[in-house]
Amino acid sequence: MDPSGQIGQGLKSLIITAFGLMLIVVIPVIVMTILFAWKYRGTNLAAKYTPNWEHSNIIEVFVWAIPCVIIFFLAVLTWQTSHSFDPHKPIASEDETMTVDAISLDWKWLFIYPDEGIATINELAIPVDKPVHFRVTSGTVMNSFMIPNLGSQIYAMAGMDNDVYLEGNEIGTFRGRSTHYSGEGFSEMLFDAHVTSDADFQAWVDKVKQSPDTMMFPEDYERVAKPSIANPVEYFSQVSPDFYGDLIKSYKAGHGGTDSHGEHNEARESSMPMSAQAAE
Amino acid sequence: MFGKLSLDSIPYHEPIIMVTAAAIGIVGALVFGLITYYRKWGYLWTEWVTSIDHKKIGVMYFLVALVMLVRGFADAIMMRTQQAIAAGGAEGYLPPHHYDQIFTAHGVIMIFFVAMPMVIGLMNLVVPLQIGARDVAFPFMNNLSFWLFAVGMILVNMSLVIGEFAKTGWLAYAPLSELQYSPDVGVDYWIWALQLSGIGTTLTGINFFVTILKMRTKGMTLFRMPIFTWTALCTNVLIILSFPILTATIALLTLDRYLGMHFFTNDMGGSQMMYVNLIWAWGHPEVYILILPAFGVFSEVIATFTKKRLFGYKTMVWATAAITVLSFIVWLHHFFTMGAGANVNAFFGIMTMIIAIPTGVKIFNWLFTMYRGRIQFTTPVLWTIGFIITFTLGGMTGVMLAVPGANFVLHNSLFVIAHFHNVIIGGVVFGMMAGFTYWFPKAFGFTLSEKWGKRSFWCWLVGFYMAFMPLYALSFFGAMRRMQSYEQTEWQPLMIVAWVGAVIIAAGIACMVIQLIVSIRDRENNRDLTGDPWDGRTLEWSTSSPPPNYNFAYLPKVDSIDSYWEMKQQPGGFKRELATKFEDVHMPKNTAEGPIMSLFALFFGFALIWHIWWLVGLGAIGMFVTFMFRIFNNDTDYHVSAAEVEKTEREYHKRLEMQA
Repeated sequence: MDPSGQIGQGLKSLIITAFGLMLIVVIPVIVMTILFAWKYRGTNLAAKYTPNWEHSNIIEVFVWAIPCVIIFFLAVLTWQTSHSFDPHKPIASEDETMTVDAISLDWKWLFIYPDEGIATINELAIPVDKPVHFRVTSGTVMNSFMIPNLGSQIYAMAGMDNDVYLEGNEIGTFRGRSTHYSGEGFSEMLFDAHVTSDADFQAWVDKVKQSPDTMMFPEDYERVAKPSIANPVEYFSQVSPDFYGDLIKSYKAGHGGTDSHGEHNEARESSMPMSAQAAE
Repeated sequence: MFGKLSLDSIPYHEPIIMVTAAAIGIVGALVFGLITYYRKWGYLWTEWVTSIDHKKIGVMYFLVALVMLVRGFADAIMMRTQQAIAAGGAEGYLPPHHYDQIFTAHGVIMIFFVAMPMVIGLMNLVVPLQIGARDVAFPFMNNLSFWLFAVGMILVNMSLVIGEFAKTGWLAYAPLSELQYSPDVGVDYWIWALQLSGIGTTLTGINFFVTILKMRTKGMTLFRMPIFTWTALCTNVLIILSFPILTATIALLTLDRYLGMHFFTNDMGGSQMMYVNLIWAWGHPEVYILILPAFGVFSEVIATFTKKRLFGYKTMVWATAAITVLSFIVWLHHFFTMGAGANVNAFFGIMTMIIAIPTGVKIFNWLFTMYRGRIQFTTPVLWTIGFIITFTLGGMTGVMLAVPGANFVLHNSLFVIAHFHNVIIGGVVFGMMAGFTYWFPKAFGFTLSEKWGKRSFWCWLVGFYMAFMPLYALSFFGAMRRMQSYEQTEWQPLMIVAWVGAVIIAAGIACMVIQLIVSIRDRENNRDLTGDPWDGRTLEWSTSSPPPNYNFAYLPKVDSIDSYWEMKQQPGGFKRELATKFEDVHMPKNTAEGPIMSLFALFFGFALIWHIWWLVGLGAIGMFVTFMFRIFNNDTDYHVSAAEVEKTEREYHKRLEMQA
């Protein structure tokens, strides 16, 4: 609960507001429960006893009105914040928004920087105070992309183009992870998200570009898509032009793209590349 | 010959499973031996297995639920132990392969094989008595429902030793549950256990819906029904409307897995989002299927033990009805993070919050029933007061989750786990425990030990708070659900506190078991001779405990809400006069077709899981033939003779006089 991004901070105050609003009714209920239970205990013959009393218009009005009023305020808050914190909504900023593609695989994250033409596994770097448009999809089962310190999460689903806008406002390294259970290696599906100065970001990009490895779709993709647990960080100095789009398109039909997602049931079990099986 | 099944399917290498299996084997052999030694097989068959008596079926549901509670809890404490150990790179003692099965089994067992049978068992025991009926509308179907449910339960437990259970989470989200990602039999066990027991549940829903609408006694209009019956009616409406969705969804997943179709696969036009929508379109009403009857129990308990009419009966009914309707238009709040637009998310968030209004009204009504009452602090009342406080907190965290913005950071975290245990333990479990203690004397003719009941309550209450409050806290530090291990050593202290909480809950369960043993031992001292141990208000207390198999020698006549209470308030009080003339009572006969059909269903399900096709055929034919036998069997009812009714009633009357 120590957010380092403006979205995260906004959501924190939203949670506290909602919590406070509800305490207006929750605290009296708890106090009344204990009070009534004590005062009207069977042994307290001094307390008033009205065995046939079962209705009171005044009380009825209050017990409906109080929750209605609180829920009304919460509903207004919900409507507004659903829009202001819509993950698909671009963040207003003087800086240009950069794009990073986050792709969940078994059990690691592949990040593509389409503008920089680089890719990484299990490591993310973004410049501080720069809005980032994360396009999120999956090369396997459903996952959820989240960097808790920065704010909202969003599901990663194969064949679906999802997105979330986030911004890091503090320099530092934060843990990101999949929050949606996805099988054996789920617990270790973690990555470091570095929020850096512009200069450090450029240096990081240059470092990634030194890598001899490339990330071309589908050849390189099929190699990294093989299941692995706690995969070490990897860098790729080159990416195919529309990697993200190609991956999504490959799910649109059974035989388009690479034909790599067919009915090959033992794919996970045998840890064999899916396309290798398809080629057989 | 045996499909995918071979001797290698048994996990010899897992010591935990093998020890458990050995323990089950020894206990099973012991029970088998004792039954044989005392020659009780015939008694079991005629009095219980083939019984169509709703009271006995209710007892059997509850018995299974209590046994499965122990099983489900064993899973829970294993998970808590794992998480208390596996910090900062430590792997703990459960590898992911085992841990993932455990949290899946825990969820499935606790919802389908503990909470559901408790709710359905209580409905079975109480509803016909409360509406002054002699049985349910479809007695054979009731027996069949129970045995189909039992088949599901048996399949889940078989998966422990033969093969494995699903590693997908309790709702088996596609595409993880598809063949491509879960090629083992685990998901197939999940499919057939839920499919068969789910059919039983649907049949129960139809049965009780018709029973409540068509079999109420003279004068019992809808707005004179006891509140528990009202909540049962709403729950059955929910069952009828929502369980077919579950059946259809699982059927589609089955087609994907068995016939290579693509309803929910990643490719070939499958839609995993459709699966998630469908499963929650059933899943959210399911939550209310469980909680509404618990609300009903609290209403009965609080009115009885405050010696006061329930405050706002009509409000209670309308609030229940409102929740019933609203429960169908909130399902999307389980996946705001799927990426729907802001308008959609806001709509479902607000709808969810609106449910808090009728629920809040109910809470206030219970409070104002206590107001100016004379509260007797019996065990059921303790459960009720514990519920009001705990459930209010759970409701609050539920509304927090319903704010889509907040949900984007809380979703999938331990906050969700803490929230739903807060409402399911604090609501459903507390409610069922209250109902169990309250109606136990009606079923067995003696009351339960108050001392051990109260000890159980305090252990559960304290244990719950210790086990789940740390999880709320942990969620704010980024702890997610379903993690077999975690890096952050700073989480470990709170995980250990949660583990201690689970141990205290274990003590609560132990107290329940001791309560049963002590109460059975001392039953002669705690006999309920009048049939009305709590000075009750509704019709079930007007007959003997346990009631004769025909419930009422004469169908009672009702002219108000708390009809039995009103009778007792008549000048001179209510006298259980012995009637002067008795009539034959028309009753259904016991049936062997229910258990036999279910036995074939067990073969059928097991064979499908392991692809043993000849046995699939045998099971299917067996079910069909047995069903035909039932259809063409006209000898399904009989008359309890007037003489026998008179004899039973005279004995009851004699006990009453001795008591006086």
